[in-house]
Amino acid sequence: MRAETWIFEFLIPVAKIIAVILYPMIMVIVMIWLERRVVAWIQGRVGPNRVGFQGLLQPIADALKLFFKEDIIPKEADAFLFNISPPLVMFSSLLAFCFVPLGESFRVGGYTLNLWVADSPVGLLLVLGLSAIGVFGIIFGGWASNSKYPLMGALRSVVQVLSYEIPIGLTVLTVVFFSGSIDLIEIVNHQQHGRVWFGFMLPVSFVVFWISGIAETNRAPFDLPEAESELVAGYHTEYSGLKFAYFYIAEYTHMVLVSSLVVILFFGGWLPPFPNVRFLSFLGWIPGFVWYLIKIMFFLYVYVWIRATLPRYRFDALIKLAWKWLVPLSLANLFVVVALKYLL
Amino acid sequence: MAFKEIELNMGPQHPSTHGVLRLKVTVDNEVVLKVEPIIGYLHRGMEKLWENATYPQILPFTDRLDYLAAVSNNLAYVLAVEKLMGVEIPKRAQYIRVILAELQRLASHLSAVGFMANEMGAVSVLLYCFQSREGIMDIFENYTGGRLMVHGVRIGGVPFDLDEDVTGLIRRSLAEIPGRIKDIEGLLNENRIWEHRTRGIGVIKPEDAFALGLTGPALRATGFAWDIRKNIPYCSYEDFDFEVPVLAGGDVYDRYLVRMEEMRQSMRIIEQALDRLPQGEFRLRVPRLLKIPPGEVFHTVEAPKGELGFYIKSDGTDKPERVKMKSPSFINLQSLELMCKGNLFSDIVGILGSLDIVLGEIDK
Repeated sequence: MRAETWIFEFLIPVAKIIAVILYPMIMVIVMIWLERRVVAWIQGRVGPNRVGFQGLLQPIADALKLFFKEDIIPKEADAFLFNISPPLVMFSSLLAFCFVPLGESFRVGGYTLNLWVADSPVGLLLVLGLSAIGVFGIIFGGWASNSKYPLMGALRSVVQVLSYEIPIGLTVLTVVFFSGSIDLIEIVNHQQHGRVWFGFMLPVSFVVFWISGIAETNRAPFDLPEAESELVAGYHTEYSGLKFAYFYIAEYTHMVLVSSLVVILFFGGWLPPFPNVRFLSFLGWIPGFVWYLIKIMFFLYVYVWIRATLPRYRFDALIKLAWKWLVPLSLANLFVVVALKYLL
Repeated sequence: MAFKEIELNMGPQHPSTHGVLRLKVTVDNEVVLKVEPIIGYLHRGMEKLWENATYPQILPFTDRLDYLAAVSNNLAYVLAVEKLMGVEIPKRAQYIRVILAELQRLASHLSAVGFMANEMGAVSVLLYCFQSREGIMDIFENYTGGRLMVHGVRIGGVPFDLDEDVTGLIRRSLAEIPGRIKDIEGLLNENRIWEHRTRGIGVIKPEDAFALGLTGPALRATGFAWDIRKNIPYCSYEDFDFEVPVLAGGDVYDRYLVRMEEMRQSMRIIEQALDRLPQGEFRLRVPRLLKIPPGEVFHTVEAPKGELGFYIKSDGTDKPERVKMKSPSFINLQSLELMCKGNLFSDIVGILGSLDIVLGEIDK
């Protein structure tokens, strides 16, 4: 075998697979740091600033601490399900990143380097499906703990995710309808060439998707499954050490995933802004990946901002919001979009 | 639904039971059927200890009852002792006591509102409240040297005179806190999530509140205008011009609003007291070995948590024969079950926060 083929056929894919695990991890570290610092800043505190530059290594220190913690399995717990659920949650959100493109492909010499691991024609469906699988981990974890708080957390989580899947599906349909594809790369490409990003074209879809996305990731103000003042720590109350870290990392990975989806579906993925404005054309020189990161970081920041501002929803209001507002709204939105598309 | 009633134990180690309270909650799905508070985890045998301590020695114990409002406890005890002694203390001391007690009310209400908001997920509000409270703690630190277990009142007066440093700090806090309260109200008052979580939640009718002996902001939120500072003035509260906020809803939202308004009124009282601070002695000479002629007395004050009373029976020695405390948190906690019944599990923490209990005072 020639060395070149070996590199292209084997080394690069393996490197990509490693990268697709490392990239969410790095984002998680940045995100944990960002969240703690930004929330502290909003609340007039300092936040962690001792470990590393401005406390950047704090998440790593925390992870190390969790790594060395004792692994506790409650006596009456179902050990198999108890053990399997943290990897399940983690696996589903990490695997989804295989289908998330991180930038446009570029040529290095004679080789085209794609910034995605798998180019699937049904990428959007896969990502949505995989992110929904994570709920099973939460249900199993809450159920297998054989404890009441995790059970209630898991129950809430099931209802929450089931409710919010529907508006997500319905709003995604509007985007798919315009781009004519459920391939994530196609959706981004469709927003290129002077066309308006879908976020501005379909503002209702974006808002509904974003709200549902926050609810889907169990974040404030929809963090009921782990509402600390009521359910202590919700579904992961009984977990300790590395398994707890798995849940924790999975939650942040999921946030990164939802932000990535928002950016890809509604804000042109790696595309630079203002492609038509002449004197801003230098923005196009910045690599797509950087734009992509900037946009993701913006939405991750909004996550933190919302968390620091709003009180938590109550269970019944949460369900009401989904079924009485978001589902009808997204249905109406779908009809209007379809009608407009055919009339114009 | 085929989901049986389950019994949940909230506490004694739970993030939002204000210390070591245990609630035995029976829920059907998420609907609360029964709440049984189980107390006593912080019992230190205070009332028995007091029987073996001299009158001035009891004073530091009272700091540890309601540790979020130490001065109010000091004041209630000291006023009872003075009533038993039958002495009239100087006007200046009375005014300084009013200033300290109202500062303490501010601090206590700030932490009450903060914790209540924190329990419903608005963590930032807690931090904003605590920043303002920090200013008040600084005042106490400057005045007495202590921050939390402030020992701000003595039998016969106050330990120190108010100097320029302290009044300056008080004026600075008074200038700063209204803005902070406005921030908090901006975050919460018109917030739909907040309104949904508090309006019509934990409602208690005035007659029930009266029957259960509910006092303090929780009582005034049911439409019952009862404030000892107005109704049975002590410590020359009759000199000051202030209002007693009363709302009729009886729910968590009204309790929150009453507290916010009471903070404003407290600041009004402090301002008036500072402006009209009379000259003169700030304490009476009280013998170190204080012997009180036999007799018994009961005196109540309006503490931030409610009506705080001390019953003291003296047998003529330097130690009281019996000291009994009527602690507002203990009595207010009784109404928890009535307020929670039929509400959702998530509401328990909010209702508990709106009752503003302190376990040090309940368990004594």
